Formats: sequence, structure tokens, C-alpha cells
Amino acid sequence: MTSTFLPDKRSGPAAGRPAPAVPADRARTRRRALNWLTAVAFQLPALVLFIGLVLLPMLFALYAAFFRWGGFGMPSDYIGGDNFTRLFQDDVFLGDLWRCLVLVVLSLALQLPFALAMAVLLNQRLRGRAVYRMLFFAPYVLSEAITGVLFSMVFAPDDGLADHVLGAVGLDGLGGEWFADPSSVMATLFLVMMWKYFGFHMMLYLAGLQSIPAELTEAALIDGAGPWQRFRNVTLPLLAPTLRISVFLSVIGSIQLFDLVWVVTQGGPDHHSETMAVTMFQFGFKRYQVGYASAISVVMFGICLVFALAYQRFVLRRDLEGATTTMRGDGT
Amino acid sequence: MGDPALSRRGFLAASVAAGLGATALSGCGGDSDGGSSSGTTTIEWWNISTTEPTKTVWAGLAKKFEADNPTVKIKIVQLENDAYKSKMTALIASGKLPDIFHTWGGGVLRQQVDAGLVEDLTDVTKPWADGLLPVAKEPYLMDGKAYGIPFDIGMIGFWYNKALFKKAGISTPPTTWSGFLDAVRKLKAAGITPLALAGKEKWPGMYYWAYLAMRTAGVEALQKASESKDFTGAGFVRAGQHLKELVQLQPFQKGYLGAAYSTPTGQAATVGNGKAAMELMGQWAPVVEADAGKGLGADLGFFPFPEVEGGNGKITEVFGGGGGHALRRGAPQAAVDFLKFFASRTTDQELVKKTGVLPVVPAAEAALTDPNLKAVQAQLKAATGFQLYLDQAYAPAVGQEINDSVAALIAGSKSPEQAAQSITRTAKEAQ
Repeated sequence: MTSTFLPDKRSGPAAGRPAPAVPADRARTRRRALNWLTAVAFQLPALVLFIGLVLLPMLFALYAAFFRWGGFGMPSDYIGGDNFTRLFQDDVFLGDLWRCLVLVVLSLALQLPFALAMAVLLNQRLRGRAVYRMLFFAPYVLSEAITGVLFSMVFAPDDGLADHVLGAVGLDGLGGEWFADPSSVMATLFLVMMWKYFGFHMMLYLAGLQSIPAELTEAALIDGAGPWQRFRNVTLPLLAPTLRISVFLSVIGSIQLFDLVWVVTQGGPDHHSETMAVTMFQFGFKRYQVGYASAISVVMFGICLVFALAYQRFVLRRDLEGATTTMRGDGT
Repeated sequence: MGDPALSRRGFLAASVAAGLGATALSGCGGDSDGGSSSGTTTIEWWNISTTEPTKTVWAGLAKKFEADNPTVKIKIVQLENDAYKSKMTALIASGKLPDIFHTWGGGVLRQQVDAGLVEDLTDVTKPWADGLLPVAKEPYLMDGKAYGIPFDIGMIGFWYNKALFKKAGISTPPTTWSGFLDAVRKLKAAGITPLALAGKEKWPGMYYWAYLAMRTAGVEALQKASESKDFTGAGFVRAGQHLKELVQLQPFQKGYLGAAYSTPTGQAATVGNGKAAMELMGQWAPVVEADAGKGLGADLGFFPFPEVEGGNGKITEVFGGGGGHALRRGAPQAAVDFLKFFASRTTDQELVKKTGVLPVVPAAEAALTDPNLKAVQAQLKAATGFQLYLDQAYAPAVGQEINDSVAALIAGSKSPEQAAQSITRTAKEAQ
């Protein structure tokens, strides 16, 4: 069991060829060197940008996380892992982790099934199908900041559209303080997230559904499968790759949630809608405790990285076959 | 099955167009750095005057200065309060500040000074700045050096609706804390929301705790606590307990925990539209109430924060601060000239008359006609003690923690003791 990068399949048959003459060999070496040079020359600008704007700042954040640092000059007050110790004793940060989990679970349990249902529905023959698709996808195109301002108006206690509508149909009792009440803020927030993002997942599913050959469904139909059986045994398994990607995007999105929360509640009331990114912003840009904020970003990065790697390794393995490094040399 | 490809493409085109539109709406102008080519100097002036009439008046003053100094161009950048703070943070990290920028003085300015980003104005402004109101210059003095020139000075107090007070049977504004709590009870009994509060923004809530701390522990104790990094003294805990007494009466408007300050459903609008009887706010309150809401006109009144029985503080000690301008290190001479122009008697009179600020040039006092602002000015002149806004006076981390802990106290998730401990812990961590 050896570890290889992208097994080179062309090298196999070449082994059987007769040994080439020496001058040809030299020419090949030169050509290869030239190829390398060209590759390096073309990659250099992108590589410099990537290292300078992505890699170095990331490494610097990791470095700064071990200092008490106000963001001015270079970090000098080394405090070891104190920022991390403090982080995992902070009720707000532990709350962030919990809220993150809640959002992930709600997204997977409610948002994605809803998006799937809509996708299946809009994959049928339906008058004005394109209009519906666009309407449902439109919220995703809107910026998060605009969405936030919009919904803080809609859910303004007493004066907002939501309360007026509920009042008009005699459901005043359902109206509440929405974003202003610690016990309802997360539910309201999730409602807005669902409104904004289900359309995106619906589009993914629609694309996946259209790639399923109609013959398979027809064959199932001839075999006497009912609608549910056709969905369960034909559509769903063939849609699985799309579902796996959609779950991945949804989870990463929930972990990194920031804009919407910042505009609508700034994490309030009393931290009840705060996310890791909001806490990081508070400490980094409001309190100037950049070292501590870096520690938060490092933990966030760690969570995303571990999740992404584990998910790719164990769940996306089949979908990404050949595109990423695997631990197997034989490619099966 | 029709032509799915075509309809999908049409759909994509439409949604991309919608996306571009949304991006264009949220897009903001780029920035240019002021260079001096072909003899004209461009100076960038960053301020937070986004509300009328100040916005227009300030733009007019910039034009006037340009007319007097044909070689100078002024580029105004206006940002809303919180957006300005965030943007400044980013600029500080980059090490380059605008030529002229808004400052509140105190701890934030001190950090900028310590980072070597702010011009020392002591000598260049001495000839004309000596005549300015001493209390107004206080927030910008660091180790005897001046790093900012004030254009405004003010204080926090209760702005109240006289008509609603009358309706609730309150004849004179309260002068003691128990009298204040009685007034709140009377207003509630009359079916009136006593107080409006912007819970989402946290700083308006901090005013209550700060004043209570000044009244119970005293101004000196606030100074000492900042130096010894210990806010657990009995006076501070009592301040929290008094605030809790108030919160337990449920005096705030519905949904106050999610309310902002200057939005159409925010704190200022709630008072300005007559939906709450009072707000604890600075001297700018009448302007914002009229801008975000309808405004109260002659029904608006002002009274200082009441004295707390048995406390160390007096009703004449004021909590406040002002607005000023600082210059980036190495700003052109034209920027200093502009500060001089902005602090001249003529300009100050115009500012007092048109934008409702309080005079920093003593000679401009005559321009003050509004009875409410006169009342504020009288309080300021008779002040026996002064405390700068806590989120400005202290290091940013401490200021934010006070805001945060007081918000938790108001929301009921922290006790007065826990709030005092949290603030102390942060003060000790942030050196």
C-alpha cells in the first residue's frame, strides 16, 4: 500500500518500448525542462498572489493567536495557548459552537428536504415553471446585507409587515418580538436563512434531476413502481452526488455565517444569535483584541478544515474519485 | 419537455442581471488619496454627520473654505457612526488615516496617538485654540498635548415629552432616583411607555449604568477604577442594582432588545413620534428625533440625571463628551487652516444656529436660542465634575465590555456583581 499522487497511467505502456537512442533522450530532457519553465512562468503570478494574500495572512493569524496583541505594530506579548484556554472557557464562544450546531442540524433537517421537495415539484411539467424557479432562486442572488435590512423591517415588533399580516388574518397571538426576543431570535434567523438559501440548493437538485435519464424512471414505471418507490429507489440514489455536495456547502455556510447576523442583530439580544464569526469581529474590530480574535479564527478554520477533509475522505470519496489524493495506489 | 436549456439560460441571465443590480446598489465609492498636483491640495475630511441639517451645513462650510482658499479642495467622506468606527479600525491597521477625521478623544484617540498616526496640534493651533471652552478641549488632551480640536461639546441627560408627563400627572421632572422610579410607575399606570432604549446597539444602555456609577461611586471612583483596573467596588455593584430596579419596572418599549438608535423604528423615532415618554441621550437627541421620527417641538424638555440618595455623586456632575477633529500625522498645512476656520466664531455661530450643537467658542454663545440646548449649556457651565463617555475614555476592550455587561444586566442574564466582575476581568486582561 503506497501513497501516490495522481497515478500516471501513461507510464505503464511506455515500459514495453525499446530503449531510445541517446540524442533523442537528451532532446526529451530539454523539452521537459522547457515545459517546466513554461509552467513555472505561467503559475508564478498566481502563486505569488496566493501565497501573499491567502497563505501568509493565514499563517500570520495562526502566529498572532499566541500573543496578546492590540493590532498595532508587531505582536510581542507572547502568552502561549492562553487565548485558546480562555476561548473554551468563554460562555459566549461555547454558545457560538452550540448555535452553529443548531443551525447545521436545522439546515440539514428542514432546509435541504424542503429544497429537494421544491426541486422535484418544479421538475414536473408545470405551467410557468421557469418563473417559479427564478422566483425561488432570486433571494439567493440578493446580498446578505440587503436581506438583513429587509427582514429587520419585516420583523419589527408591532410595526413590521409580519405582525400586520398575522394581525390581518387574526393570528395576532403568533406575532412576537421576533429578533428582539432571546427565545425567538434563532428561529426567526433560521426562517430568513431558509428563505434566502433554499433556492440555491433547489437549483443544485434541479440540475441533478435533469441529468437522470428518463428511461430509468420509465423502466421503473413499467416494473410497476409507485411514485414513492420511483423517488426512493431511482431518483434519490442517482441524486446522491448532488445531495452530498449540497450538504457540504450548507454545513460550511452555517459555520461561517456572519453578514446576515451582523446586519440584523449584531449577535444580540444578549449574544443569543451570535456566531463564531460575529464574536471574532467583536473582538478583532471593536475591542482591538486581535490576538484573541485570531485564536477564534484559527478555531473556526480548524473546524472547517477537519469537517471538509473528513467529509471529502469519507462521504465525497466516490464523487471525487481521481480528483484528489487518495491513500490507495491502485485507484479502485 | 419543451426546451429546458433555453429556459434555463433565460433564467440564468435574468438572475445574473438581478445580482448585478443588487451589487450595484450595495456598492460604494472608491477612495482616492489626496495628492497635490498642479498646485491644488486635496484634503480628505471624514466625518459622521450623515443626518440633516448638519450634512448640508457642513458641505456648505467646506465650499466656503474652498472659496476662501482657491488652491484647496476638500473631499468629504461621510459615514454612519458604527460604520465609521469599523472603517477607521481597518484604516488604523493599514497605518494611513484621512487628513482630517472625526474623533471623540479618550482611549481610542490615545491608541491612535500611541501608534504614531496622529499629528500633535499643541503648537500649531495655540494662537487660536487657547480661547476655546476648556471643558470642550479636555477629551483630546494626552499628557498635556492637544491632538484634536473640538467643534461640539455636550452631555447626556433625559429628554422627555412634556405632554405625556402631564398626562401621567407628573408636574416637575424628578431630581432623585426614587422620584424617577415613581415617575416611571406613574407613566406606566397611565398606559404610556416610560422609556425608549436601543438595546441592539448597547451604548445607549451603558449611559444608565455610567450615570448611576457616577451618582453612587462618584466621578473620582470611575477614574480610580480605570487606573487600578478594579470595578468591583461597592459603588459599582450598587449602580448595577439600581439599574436592575429600573429594569424590573419593565419601562422600555416593546422589542427594545432588538431596537437600533436612529432607524425609523429605533429609540429616537419612538420618542420623536410620542410613543415613549423619555430617553437618556446626548444633546443631539432633538435633531435625531426629528430626523428619524416626527420630532416633539415645544413638547420636548430636558432634565439632568437624578441624584441617587446616599450616593457620592451630585446632580451637577455631568457625563458627556463632544466631537472633534484630529489630523493624521503629516497632514498638509491646509488641514490645520481648515481646523482654524472650523473653530472660528463665525463658523461656530453658524453651527450653533443651524445644526444644534453647543458652542465651543465662548463668543458664539449668543447664537444659542433653543431653550432645551440653553438648559444643557447651563448644566455644562455649572458642572462641578465631568466624565467622558466610558466607551471613549477607556481602552476599547473595556468600553465594549461595559456596554456588553450592561446589556446583559438589562437583559437579565448577568447580576450586578457578575457585571462588575466581567468588566474588571477585561480591564485586567487589556493592558
